[in-house]
Amino acid sequence: MKNILALTFFTLLCFSCTEDADDNTSENVSAAFKFTHSWNDTPVTNTDFNSIQFTNANGEEMSIEKLRYLVSNIRFEKANGEIHNTSGHFLIDVTNAVNLVFQPYTPIPKGEYSNVIFTFGFNNEDNYSETYTDLNSASWNVPDMLGGGYHYMQLEGKFIDNTNTVTGYAYHAIRAVDNSDPDNLLFQDTFINVELGPVSITKDLTFNVNMNIAEWFKNPNLWDLNTLHNMMMPNFNAQVMMFQNGQNVFSLTGITE
Amino acid sequence: MKKRIVYVVLAFCLSCSNEPTDRNTYVPTSNPLEIPQVFEDHIIPPVIPLNNPQTVEGVALGKKLFFDPILSADHTQACAACHNPENAFTDPARFSVGIDGSIGTRNSMPLFNMAWNYDEKFFWDGRVFSLEHQALEPVINPIEMNNTWETVVTRLQQHTEYPQLFQEAFGASPITKELATKALAQFQRTLISSNSKFDKHLLGEATLTAQEANGLNIFMDETKGDCFHCHGNPNNPLWTDNIFHNNGLDATFSDLGFGEVSGDPADNGKFKSPSLRNLAFTAPYMHDGRFNTLEEVINHYSEGLQDSPTIDPLMKKVNEGGVQLSIQDKADLKAFLLSLSDPSFINNPAFNNQ
Ligand code: HEC
Ligand code: HEC
Repeated sequence: MKNILALTFFTLLCFSCTEDADDNTSENVSAAFKFTHSWNDTPVTNTDFNSIQFTNANGEEMSIEKLRYLVSNIRFEKANGEIHNTSGHFLIDVTNAVNLVFQPYTPIPKGEYSNVIFTFGFNNEDNYSETYTDLNSASWNVPDMLGGGYHYMQLEGKFIDNTNTVTGYAYHAIRAVDNSDPDNLLFQDTFINVELGPVSITKDLTFNVNMNIAEWFKNPNLWDLNTLHNMMMPNFNAQVMMFQNGQNVFSLTGITE
Repeated sequence: MKKRIVYVVLAFCLSCSNEPTDRNTYVPTSNPLEIPQVFEDHIIPPVIPLNNPQTVEGVALGKKLFFDPILSADHTQACAACHNPENAFTDPARFSVGIDGSIGTRNSMPLFNMAWNYDEKFFWDGRVFSLEHQALEPVINPIEMNNTWETVVTRLQQHTEYPQLFQEAFGASPITKELATKALAQFQRTLISSNSKFDKHLLGEATLTAQEANGLNIFMDETKGDCFHCHGNPNNPLWTDNIFHNNGLDATFSDLGFGEVSGDPADNGKFKSPSLRNLAFTAPYMHDGRFNTLEEVINHYSEGLQDSPTIDPLMKKVNEGGVQLSIQDKADLKAFLLSLSDPSFINNPAFNNQ
């Protein structure tokens, strides 16, 4: 996180002392991603955290205390099947308003794209192939007993349960794993490919993406926090339900140039 | 990978600044931190301020200052009085006694791996940013060294050795509190602990006992101890997140902790998660040293949790008092915790006052 700040800072510093490049002749643009958050139609920022002020689809009143999640593998697809991949993964930390806006490290060629896609979480290759020191430093790991790799999301807070008690919840999304036999873990993929749709890229642009947090509790699985509020990492079914509910969590709210 | 990018960008930037370099400027001997293999393998590099690079002379000066009672008003108390190397640089007393006998309300803190506190928030409540600034505080704290920096600087200037040592560390500038704290910070950044049994296990040089291995599983299991969300894991060998949490010690707070600093009531009763390294040497435990043994700590998490509005959502089964570990689980968890202690750290001659 500090690294990224430092990087941005030095990058700015550098640009400030290089000659002005002629933008028009360049074949590449840089694409930024800006993430906003909402509870249905109401915008949510970290200033709305820590007080019980949201009501989920099942009727529980709840708060958010922590929200961070991983976005990776941003790619630009052309109609002819050609894919322009970008490198980097981004840990969006809503609690501390860090990385709400970021740019993939790879420049994007101008052109017509039939789809822009990012992965919520990590695909399996990215999840297990590498050690990510930045994610380790953020204690983003999944225990080895659950197959290792990394969290996709940590959403935490309190809700009022059916005995009227304020209770903590920890809605942590990872790759679904059945660990009933520790020597033979069974997995199901639960990373989500989020498709932002077609775009024609002619100059630098920003994709504005919104996460509707309420969706995690709504559709197709009406989420009952009374029964599912913690210990969900080793809960295979809960992970699959999160994956299902996550399908319509993200939406493209606009592209700004 | 990302590290490399930063360096490349950095080099590029420096190459286009055209500050004149004065060839006569004295340059102390560079002495970059030796990054242990387990850290190099797993986590991002430490934070070293650009304006206070590690040098041989700076570290030596910082070490001398750290062990020198000259910093306290009545020449009786060094930093080491409350940060004893044998105790991984903390104080075995629940509350440290300041020079005039007054005692505070917080337990001293062990000092190690502080260059990896990426957010650079120091003290139990995070009230000071950066080690350089931190070192200003104990000297003038009325319940600690109860001195003024003016007095300290005058004493150092009149001392038989310090003027020479400052010159060697920082060149010909006059002695200031800023330079004194820079030296202290340099020394404290060298306090690296990375050689516990568990570290050796990570490097394939030691094997955990069955009990320690089971303890690790309890630590990592969301349905049992679930300690790893706040206290690190084998891939984050700092064994802390350096973030502020309320781990359920009290129903009401006499010490607001981080809340006092941030001014946000939602932070009341939150304190910085301590590293679980070196627990064998750092009793008593918690910000107010309320627990004398690891058994008491584990019992707290197992059945002693106190509910309050700011208790961390990760504290489970609060109405039952906690995660209800079995007697065997508790013993195993303790065995694992002790495998994170590093005797070579407390016996390192480089860190002791010879
Ligand atoms: C009288 C005892 C006492 C003396 C003397 C003392 N300290 Fe401390 N130190 C403490 C206590 C108690 C804390 C925790 C205080 C708090 O959180 O409010 C602390 C905390 C710290 C921390 C924060 C560590 C962390 O991880 O956040 C550092 C660094 C530190 N001291 C360095 C020093 C230095 C350097 C000196 C000498 C200039 C010094 N101390 C002198 C008692 C003392
Ligand atoms: C929600 C985050 C969180 C979780 C989960 C958590 N801790 Fe802590 N732990 C803390 C914080 C914060 C403190 C310091 C609290 C204070 O002093 O007020 C602490 C203090 C400790 C200490 C005292 C260390 C010292 O130097 O004083 C030990 C030991 C400890 N925890 C072990 C554990 C174990 C074992 C578990 C799992 C059973 C665990 N913790 C789970 C946040 C957490």
